[in-house]
Amino acid sequence: MRARALLPTLVALVVAVAACGSDAGRAAPRRTVTVLAAASLTEVFGRLEQRFEADHPGVDVRLSYGGSSDLAQQIVNGAPADVFAAANTATMDTVAKAGLAGKPQVFATNELRIAVREDNPGKVGSLADLARDGLVLVVCAPQVPCGAATAKVTRDAGVRLRPSSEEPDVKSVLGKVVAGEADAGLVYVTDVHARKDKVRGIAFPEAANARNDYPITVLDRAPEADLARQFVELVRGQAGREALTAAGFQVP
Amino acid sequence: MASAASSTPDPSPTGGVSGRGGADRHRARTALPAVLWLPAALGFALVILPVLGLVLRADWVRLPELVTSDAALTALGLSLRTAAASTLLSLLLGGPLAVVLARGRPPGLRVLRSLVLLPLVLPPVVGGLALLYLLGRAGLVGQYLDLLFGVRIPFTTTAVVLAQTFVAMPFLVVSLEGALRTAGERYEAVAATLGARPWTVFWRVTVPLLLPGLGSGVVLAFARALGEFGATIAFAGSLAGRTRTLPLEIYLQRESDVDGAVALSLLLVAVAAAVVVLARPRAVEGAR
Repeated sequence: MRARALLPTLVALVVAVAACGSDAGRAAPRRTVTVLAAASLTEVFGRLEQRFEADHPGVDVRLSYGGSSDLAQQIVNGAPADVFAAANTATMDTVAKAGLAGKPQVFATNELRIAVREDNPGKVGSLADLARDGLVLVVCAPQVPCGAATAKVTRDAGVRLRPSSEEPDVKSVLGKVVAGEADAGLVYVTDVHARKDKVRGIAFPEAANARNDYPITVLDRAPEADLARQFVELVRGQAGREALTAAGFQVP
Repeated sequence: MASAASSTPDPSPTGGVSGRGGADRHRARTALPAVLWLPAALGFALVILPVLGLVLRADWVRLPELVTSDAALTALGLSLRTAAASTLLSLLLGGPLAVVLARGRPPGLRVLRSLVLLPLVLPPVVGGLALLYLLGRAGLVGQYLDLLFGVRIPFTTTAVVLAQTFVAMPFLVVSLEGALRTAGERYEAVAATLGARPWTVFWRVTVPLLLPGLGSGVVLAFARALGEFGATIAFAGSLAGRTRTLPLEIYLQRESDVDGAVALSLLLVAVAAAVVVLARPRAVEGAR
């Protein structure tokens, strides 16, 4: 009895899957340009996507956000994509080493801020304050770009931090500050911008020496190389610069 | 193995009329429709091929060095300790819970049972957030723990154990409750008729009835705790030696050293496979 019930279900499933497939087939005349971008670019690229699609009727920009090194791994392992925008040059180098990166160009830079909640429960005012006993501090792990920048600023300032957690990405750090679990965290200035309803950013001089460069490139195996080039031009052009600046990035 | 089973002559004329006990299912075996083999094979491939890919991708020359690095051993040690602790906690809390669900007839049993199983279907990271909003420093209960006792749970190994228990305990509850319901209540009823007190009935009759589900439940709970990632990162954070378990270490290492991450993944696969294989027959037969 069970097997008899299973068969129609199975058939229905196969039909449903096939139907999905043919739907995608019908949509094929639309052109799609696939952009892989670092998670910190979510707001900016979301805005630029709308702009690009308005300027190019019939074109769908498919954005995929993630940690830069994840995206680099996807590209190296053959994910079909047209544009790659990374949050640091090291991950772009991974793609370049595989001979896929075209000519990367830096289109923005980002730097660290101390993020605290509006009421600043730990009374943090400087990088040195982060080393205080009893302060719950969360930072990025040194393996990820924001953690590398954290290591550099603390080295430069001669400060020794004892974080409660070294998170695998910057949004987790921000999340723990927003949730009130951490008194302070080291995040990018753009992250502070994105959550300015909840957190305040404290600038410190050492941050300028540990800037992250954001490179962008048309990928060598881009299925839509033309559209990809135009998207990169949009990012590097006036509209892109304005959107980046509004989000807290610095543009070269 | 499976093909041998399918060609076994069918001893009983009709399929499963006599109820849903595990033993009946085995006796009442009809020939399988051939059409099932293809999706079954695909399903098997979907499980096995990615692991095979991991094995093939591994840098076997550097493997011994990669899995014995300080970071790897620290994470493995923490993982084994916390998974053991959360399995024990699951047993201490989940065992009685299973008994109450199977025998206690609490009001709203169906709803209760669904709620207990919630962590099985929730994304673990949601569980982690839920724990954070309960026990975090600003959480419902956590703020009083901090205020009254100066106890802070997030970012501690305790938080790791709680996160793992949250996701792992339902496996144990399901196994134990299944064992009790399969066994039926007649033994307890007889014991009670013969004058045994509730505690004696529980200890001498109910607990032995739990045993068939215990092995599979403990193994599944331990394996699930060992693999826990989402709830841990959300609730406990990630700090070497304190909260960074093996899955968190893998997640982090793949940022900088893919070979290292693959090596550690294999280590986790090996440990998990060892745990499951050790108790495979029970895990397969008792889990439902």
